[in-house]
Amino acid sequence: MTLIGILFAVVLLAVQLGLYLGARKMIVDTIDHAGGDIWIAAYGSNSFEQATILHGRERFAALSVPGVSAVEPLVASFAPWTRGDTSTTSVVVVGADNGTLSPWNVVEGSVSALSPDGVAVDRTYADTLGISGIGAVAEINGQRLRVDALTDGIRSFTTSPYIFMSLAKARELLSVPSDQATFYLVKVQPGVDVSGVKHALEKKLPGTSIFTNAEFRQTNLDYWLFGTGAGVALLGGAVLGLIIGTVVVAQTLYSSTKDHLAEFATLRALGSSSFYIHKVILTQATVSAFLGYGLGIAVSFAVAQASLHTPMPIMLTPQLAAMLLVVTVVMCAVSALSSIFKVTKIDPAMVFAR
Amino acid sequence: MRAFPILEARQIVKELGQGEGKVQALKSVDLALHEGEFTLLMGPSGSGKTTLLSILGCLLTPTSGTLTLGGEAVTHRSAEDLADLRRRHLGFIFQSYNLFPTLSALDNVRLGLDVRGFSSRECKERAAEALIEVGLGHRLKAYPGTLSGGEKQRVAIARAIAPEPPVILADEPTAALDTENGYAIMELLSRVAGKNGRAVLAVTHDPRTVPFADRVIEIEDGIITGERKKHAATVIPARPRQSQAAHGKAAPYQDRKRQAHA
Repeated sequence: MTLIGILFAVVLLAVQLGLYLGARKMIVDTIDHAGGDIWIAAYGSNSFEQATILHGRERFAALSVPGVSAVEPLVASFAPWTRGDTSTTSVVVVGADNGTLSPWNVVEGSVSALSPDGVAVDRTYADTLGISGIGAVAEINGQRLRVDALTDGIRSFTTSPYIFMSLAKARELLSVPSDQATFYLVKVQPGVDVSGVKHALEKKLPGTSIFTNAEFRQTNLDYWLFGTGAGVALLGGAVLGLIIGTVVVAQTLYSSTKDHLAEFATLRALGSSSFYIHKVILTQATVSAFLGYGLGIAVSFAVAQASLHTPMPIMLTPQLAAMLLVVTVVMCAVSALSSIFKVTKIDPAMVFAR
Repeated sequence: MRAFPILEARQIVKELGQGEGKVQALKSVDLALHEGEFTLLMGPSGSGKTTLLSILGCLLTPTSGTLTLGGEAVTHRSAEDLADLRRRHLGFIFQSYNLFPTLSALDNVRLGLDVRGFSSRECKERAAEALIEVGLGHRLKAYPGTLSGGEKQRVAIARAIAPEPPVILADEPTAALDTENGYAIMELLSRVAGKNGRAVLAVTHDPRTVPFADRVIEIEDGIITGERKKHAATVIPARPRQSQAAHGKAAPYQDRKRQAHA
């Protein structure tokens, strides 16, 4: 029963924290692969998917700032995807050129040879998008598109799949003028201080939001995980798992101790110190922790493996697994406290009353 | 002149319960145990013998009176100090054996040594020696569930003697055993007392065990009512089933009034 309690807690913690890590990765994956040092966005922008259009003059203003080597426009916005059967679903159009935010993990087709109406999509969303593979066609805002490449593992936290295409095609689909964009990605010359360039850009471009790559990552994480409450729910689930696990393990350890009170009383009568008895209980808890953790992490890995090709993958990293081992041992040690408290009050004279 | 007692209780009073339900389980009890002596504490149920045993075993604190163990005063000690005294001076044998069912005979005895801080090697060696001494050299790996009642009590005795404590206290050691095993255990306890000069006190209400003791102390209503010394000519029957004792007729003892110990 103790092992089942620990197993339950480990799996719950692993799944919730794995989902949280998976969510974090989904949120920042596009930012990490964009290849820029500084993001210029419309004032008040707080997420990659929901930014408004910039005027266009920002690009040239940014290029005039010392230390800037390149400024690449990027268009990203929600749009309706019309399947072959005319039903629609929401997608995020991502348009960029010159290697900026080029799709990664391409498993079929080629992104270097996208046709003028060609797009790259992730195969995880094949069913959602109503596509059968390379060559499948669909529409966005009444314009025909053809799937030229398939990726694997590029997921969207918003559940709206990313549709990668050329900058021109994205502007065309979203009716963005050819001199405008959602973001300008600034590349800083090697050796130049990024924060210095950022401050210069802020002075040069009032009325915009300027982020370093790390700041834009954090802004997106804060917005999606905590602004929407999604992350709080995942972390809350993990905390709940920890609390429930601790209570279940504490209860089972306590009843096990209670069942063996006579044996503990015998130990006490034989002259064992309190420390010796506490050591016995803590050893029992630690052994249970390692066994329960072993079983729990095995189940968690199986669950994580099964989630790999779903829109909500569970990321069970070695670091998370190691952290869970520490948490499990601490949880079992804390759970043993109630047993230790019970044994502390044991009357060794009960050995003669059996 | 008798040697200085290894354990001595003076004017022990123990009150149990509270308020109107308060009863005096022991009423000014004096008792001393000497090295090399096998003593029986006999009395009917409710006479206070288990309460006295608990106090002598430093498991229960007397309401008043003094207890000296190995020359150390036991009164007003903390629970940890009492545990330390038990570790250094006492061995226990219980009516229900109190063996750990998941441990082998050897490990049960080793545990009693481990508690006392013996090294792992010493624990193993001493445990095996003790089990051989009680005639269980061939059952070292056996678990309590596979042992007979007599064998279990032998393991308990081995656990008590392995650390070589000067005092061994036994609570109804033959109560759960048949006559033959009961006598074998009493014979063993008698031998344990004789060897290395240990003081062994066994609480019992079984008159068949009397022939094995050097001294019998009787207790009733919390008062020591009598003390008998073994007659020099008493012969412990080789086969107790056929002996007088087996039929509840105690061997001749010289009645003695309760008296102060030398």
